[in-house]
Amino acid sequence: MASTAVDTHAHHHPGLHHQFEDIEQQNEAYLVGMWSFMVNEIMFFGGVFLVYCLYRWRYQDDFYAIHHELNWKMGAFNTTVLLFSSFSMVMAVHFATLKDRMKTLMNLALTCACAFTFLIVKYFEYGAKFEHKLFPGPNFRPELEHLNGANPNVAQLFMSLYFGITGLHALHIIIGILIIGILMGFWYKKNPLVTEDFLPTEMVGLYWHFVDLVWIFLFPLFYLIPR
Amino acid sequence: MSKTLIQPREIPEQEELNYLNNGTSLKSWLLTGDHKRIAVLYLIGISFFFFIGSIAAGLIRLQLMRPTGVLLENDTYNKVFTAHGIVMIFFFLVPSIPAVFGNFFIPLMIGARDLAFPRLNLLSWYVYMLGGVMFLAAMLGGGVDTGWTFYVPLSSMYSNTNVSLAILAAFMAGMSSILTGVNFIATIHKMRAPGMTWGRLPLFVWAHYATSIIMVLGTPVVAITLVLVLFERTFKIGIFSPELGGDPVLFQHMFWFYSHPAVYIMVLPGMGVQSELIANFCRKKVFGYHFIAISSLAIAALGFLVWGHHMYVSSQSMYQSTVFSLLSFLVAIPSAIKIFNWSATIYKGDVRLQTPMYYALAFMGLFTIGGLTGLYLASIATDVHLTATYFVVAHFHYVMVGGALTAYLGAIHYWWPKMFGRLYSDSLGKVSALLVFVGFNLTFMPQFIVGWLGMPRRYSVYYLAPEFQAYHIMSTLGSTVLGIGLFMPLCYLTYSLFKGPRASANPWGAHGLEWLTSSPPVTENFKQIPIVTDEVYDFDYERDHREHAEEADSEEVE
Ligand SMILES: [Cu+2]
Repeated sequence: MASTAVDTHAHHHPGLHHQFEDIEQQNEAYLVGMWSFMVNEIMFFGGVFLVYCLYRWRYQDDFYAIHHELNWKMGAFNTTVLLFSSFSMVMAVHFATLKDRMKTLMNLALTCACAFTFLIVKYFEYGAKFEHKLFPGPNFRPELEHLNGANPNVAQLFMSLYFGITGLHALHIIIGILIIGILMGFWYKKNPLVTEDFLPTEMVGLYWHFVDLVWIFLFPLFYLIPR
Repeated sequence: MSKTLIQPREIPEQEELNYLNNGTSLKSWLLTGDHKRIAVLYLIGISFFFFIGSIAAGLIRLQLMRPTGVLLENDTYNKVFTAHGIVMIFFFLVPSIPAVFGNFFIPLMIGARDLAFPRLNLLSWYVYMLGGVMFLAAMLGGGVDTGWTFYVPLSSMYSNTNVSLAILAAFMAGMSSILTGVNFIATIHKMRAPGMTWGRLPLFVWAHYATSIIMVLGTPVVAITLVLVLFERTFKIGIFSPELGGDPVLFQHMFWFYSHPAVYIMVLPGMGVQSELIANFCRKKVFGYHFIAISSLAIAALGFLVWGHHMYVSSQSMYQSTVFSLLSFLVAIPSAIKIFNWSATIYKGDVRLQTPMYYALAFMGLFTIGGLTGLYLASIATDVHLTATYFVVAHFHYVMVGGALTAYLGAIHYWWPKMFGRLYSDSLGKVSALLVFVGFNLTFMPQFIVGWLGMPRRYSVYYLAPEFQAYHIMSTLGSTVLGIGLFMPLCYLTYSLFKGPRASANPWGAHGLEWLTSSPPVTENFKQIPIVTDEVYDFDYERDHREHAEEADSEEVE
C-alpha cells in the first residue's frame, strides 16, 4: 500500500487538486459528479416533458392543428446541424486523448460554429412567431389563418410549451457555447489542465451530447406531430 | 484504530495550525475551499434563518391565544405563516444537517481531505445565501401569502404579494441543495480512504448518500415546477390555472413529487445522526447495521412513490388514492426497522447519559409519535377527516421538529467539541434538552387533539369554536418553554467558544475516523490519510487493541 502511494506521487500531475490522492481518483470523481449532474438535468427536463405529454394526450387534435405553424424544415435543418456538432465534439474528444492540439481546437471550433448556426436559425423561427402574434401572454392575438382551426386557448398552451421548452434548451446551448469557448481558450493557451488530461474535454463533450439529445426528443414532439 | 499509514505527499510546515486559525482574514473565510469552513459559514447562515423562522412561529402562537386573534390582521397572519414555512423548510430544514454536519464530517468520516468539489461547495453556500436574501427582500417588501406550497391558481393568478421573488428564492435554495447532493455523491463514491469499504461506512454517511440521491432526483422537478408557475404568473400562459386552460392538480402532482421526498431530505440526515449517537453513547455496534443502511435507501426509493397522499381530497381518482395509501403505509417498514434496531442497540448497551444522548432518546420518542400519526394521514378515510387540520400540523412538526430539529441539536452537541475544540457545560446542555423535550410536547400534543376536534390550519381566528382556546393556550405556553430551551444552547455554546475548556481529540471516547484527528481538525483533516482496518462502531476491537495501537503509533510518529 505504501509503495503504490509513493508511485503515484512520483507522477504528480499538474492539474491535481489538493483533496485528491492521484489523478485517477480525481478523474473518476469528476465523472461521477458529471453523471449526477446529468441525472439532475434529465429530471429537470423530465418535468416539462411530463407537462407536454399530459396536454398532448388531452388536446391531440388542437396540437396537431397548431403544430403546422412551426417550420419543420428549419427544425430538421437544426437537427442536422446539432447531430453534426455532436460528431465534431466526439472527434474533439478523440483528438484530445491523442493530445493533438490543433485538431482538437479545430473540432471544438466546428462544434461552436454549429451551435451558433442553430441559434441563428432559432432566432428567425422565434421572429416569425412574434410576427404572427403567436407569443403567449396578453399579446397572443394570431390571425385565424395562423391558428389552423385550433382552439386559441390550446394554441396558446402549445406555444407556451414550445417557447418554454425550446427556450430552456436554447439557454443550455448558450451555456454550452460559453463552456466550449473557455475550453478552447485553455487548449489555445496550452494549459496543462486540458492538454495533459483529456477529462475536461470529455466532460464538456458529455454536456454537449446531453443538450443535443434533448433536441432529438424536442424535434419530433413539436415539429412532427402525427394526425 | 488504524495503525498502518501512508504518506501521500509532503505536507507543508503549517501543521500546528487548525482550520479555524489557518488564515484569519475575512477573505480567507469568504473565499475558502475548506469544507469545514464552509460548514461553519452554513452554520451561521442557517442559525440566522432559524431565528427568523422562530420569530414567525412565535407570532403565530401569540395570535392564536385568543379566539378572535391577538395582534395580526388576517392578511398579515397569512404572510407570517408563509414566512415561517418557507424559511423553516427551504432555508433551515433542507440544508441544516447536510450542509453543516454532512459538509463538515463526511470527509472526516471517510478519511478524505475535503469534498470532491470544494469550489462547488462554496458556490452552494453563496447560492443559498442569495436565495435567503431574496426571500428576506420579498418578506420586507410586503410579504408572500400563498403558504410554503405555492398552490396555483392563488400563486399564479390571484395573489398580489411578492410571489415571484419568493419563488426565485426557493429556486435558489433548491439549486444550492442540488450542488450539495452532487458533491456528496461524488465524494462518497470516490474519496473513501483505503479500507473504508461500503460495509464500513458510518451510518451517518449512508444516510447522506440516500439524501443526496433524493436531492439530485427530486429537487430539479420542483425547480421546473416553480419555473412554470413563474412563467404562468409573468406571461399568463395556462399550464396550471384552470382559467387559462391548465390543470391545478398537475401542479400538485409535480410539487409533491419533490415535496414528499423532501421530508426525507430533512429527516434522513437526522436518522444518520441518531445512529452515530446511539452507537457511540451505548458503546456498542449498531444492531442490524446493514438493515439501517439499506433502510435509508429504501426510504429514499419509497419516498418517491407516495406523493399522492397529499391529494386525497383533490380530483385524483380514488383508485390512485388507494395505491398511494398502500405505498405510504410501506414507508413505515424501513422507518420501524431503524427505530427497532436503535432500541436493540440501547438494550444491554453501556449507556452514557450525556447531552447528545438526551437528544437521541428524545428523537426516538418524538419521531415514533410523528411516524405513527402519519399512518392516520396515510389511510384515506381518516385523512379526509383530518386534511388541513391541526392534526396535520402536529404530525409534521413531530417529524420535522421532533425528528430533524432534535437530531440537529443532538449533532451540534455531539460534534461541537470537534468543530471548535471547546467543551460546553454538560449540565446546562441536559437542562436545555429537557426544556426542548417538555416544551415541544406541550406545544404540539394539544394540536393533535384540537386538530382531531376540527380546528383547521392556517386560520387566524377561531371565534366560532371558543372551546379550542384552552388547547391553543397550552400550545403557546409550550412554545415559550421550547423557545427558552432553544435559546439556552445559543448562549452556552457561544460562551464555550471563548471560555470553554479545551477539548481533547476524542472527548466522548467515540469511535470513528473524525475522532482520530485533532480538535479542531487541521486544514487538510489528516496528517496522513488513514488506512481503515477495523469494522464500523467496533468498540470491542478498540478496547482489545488500544494498547497495541498506542505502541504502534509511538513507533511510527517518532
Ligand atoms: Cu407526504
